[in-house]
Amino acid sequence: MNKILLGLLLGTVLGAVDGLSAWFTPAVRAQIVGIVVGSTIKGLIAGVAIGFFARKVQSLMLGILFGLAVGFVLAFVVAQMQHGYYFEIILPGSIVGIIVGYATQRYGQAPAAPATTR
Amino acid sequence: MKFLPDKVVDRLRQNAGVPDPSGTRYQLLERVDRGGMGVIYAALDEMLGRRVALKVLDVPVADGDLARRLSREARVLARLEHPGIVPVHDVGTLADGRVFYAMKFVEGQRLDKHIEAVTSLPDRLRLFLRICDAVAFAHARGVLHRDLKPANVMVGAFGEVLVMDWGLAKILREQPGAAAEEDPEATILHAPGASGGPADTLEATQVTGQGTVLGTPGYMSPEQASGDVARLDERSDIFSLGALLRFLFTPAATASSHSRWRRDKALEAICAKATESDPANRYSSVSDLSADVSRYLDGLPVSARKETVLEKAARFYRRYTVAILLIAAYLVVRTLILLFFHR
Repeated sequence: MNKILLGLLLGTVLGAVDGLSAWFTPAVRAQIVGIVVGSTIKGLIAGVAIGFFARKVQSLMLGILFGLAVGFVLAFVVAQMQHGYYFEIILPGSIVGIIVGYATQRYGQAPAAPATTR
Repeated sequence: MKFLPDKVVDRLRQNAGVPDPSGTRYQLLERVDRGGMGVIYAALDEMLGRRVALKVLDVPVADGDLARRLSREARVLARLEHPGIVPVHDVGTLADGRVFYAMKFVEGQRLDKHIEAVTSLPDRLRLFLRICDAVAFAHARGVLHRDLKPANVMVGAFGEVLVMDWGLAKILREQPGAAAEEDPEATILHAPGASGGPADTLEATQVTGQGTVLGTPGYMSPEQASGDVARLDERSDIFSLGALLRFLFTPAATASSHSRWRRDKALEAICAKATESDPANRYSSVSDLSADVSRYLDGLPVSARKETVLEKAARFYRRYTVAILLIAAYLVVRTLILLFFHR
């Protein structure tokens, strides 16, 4: 699977799962649909960005760091919009970024080099 | 009467055996090794100004069986143009009647020596896969090697892997447009015990009475050992490759420092399948064997062994360790948040 598609799928799925985990928090259970949709979109954006990065930069360490940064920034923005739950949103969101960063570098397929003729 | 010291006698014997390359484009530099039926010298190709290896027949007979066999070896090599097979440049006869052929001079080590410095099992298996590539190519060209063993594989200074010594090669089928080669099965290579230099320490090429048995004990398939030449096919080389694979990962065959490698059941199963006594139970082609080794390297199940559920789980964990640990870390964080922030 190519890196962008892998990042997109993984980011979306992990984002959705991350959003669903809000169900265990009774205080926000009523807004679960909004949280899941928002978290899924966040995961999708992070996944595509990390996938693009993985396509350009072939480095496991840089991929993980980029995933961490993207996950952190997007989770921070969401937490700002929520006016709270910083720790609960940013920490798992950053780990999701690391997972997607690692997976795209490790398991994503680099685009094939164009054939050359002489 | 005065007797010459043993050392001097030995020296004289050696010099008497040195071939005379006058009249050829080669200048002998030094004796390098000894093959199945000849001695290998480093030589200078004076026309091209490059170092080559000359394999020169032991005895000065231009029309004997051995001479025909050496010429045939050169022709077999010439049809096998592959990066994993040593290329032959020239073939001819020296002034003293000895047949020779010139090939690429490979600067490197024999596999059995080289492997002592290779401590990683995956690196050893990758070397094995490159040997398989060369042998698979030869099989595709209708040629069996029949003497695959660590001493017949060279690893060059830049990591290139070359399968050497095709003196026992058997031609299974002629390629369209290629000249037919006779298969001198009944040739005695050299008398038992009359072995040469250091090259013979490991392989002890088994020589043949009436030429029925050619090969090396331990690496030779049962059908080859029984002299049943008509039954020999690609699966005979697969047996030798299986023995070679076992050599590569068996601690007893290598330096003791590698004894920490556990006996891997999947690799054992691959070796066992490749070295089945009945050819019908072996891999049907070298590609199948190398595909199984590649699957093992990639952490995938091998065709030679059915796994239990626990083994499948262990292999899955080994293959995806980091991903599994990351997901576990995520779940732990989520659980801790639930436990400590939302009570």
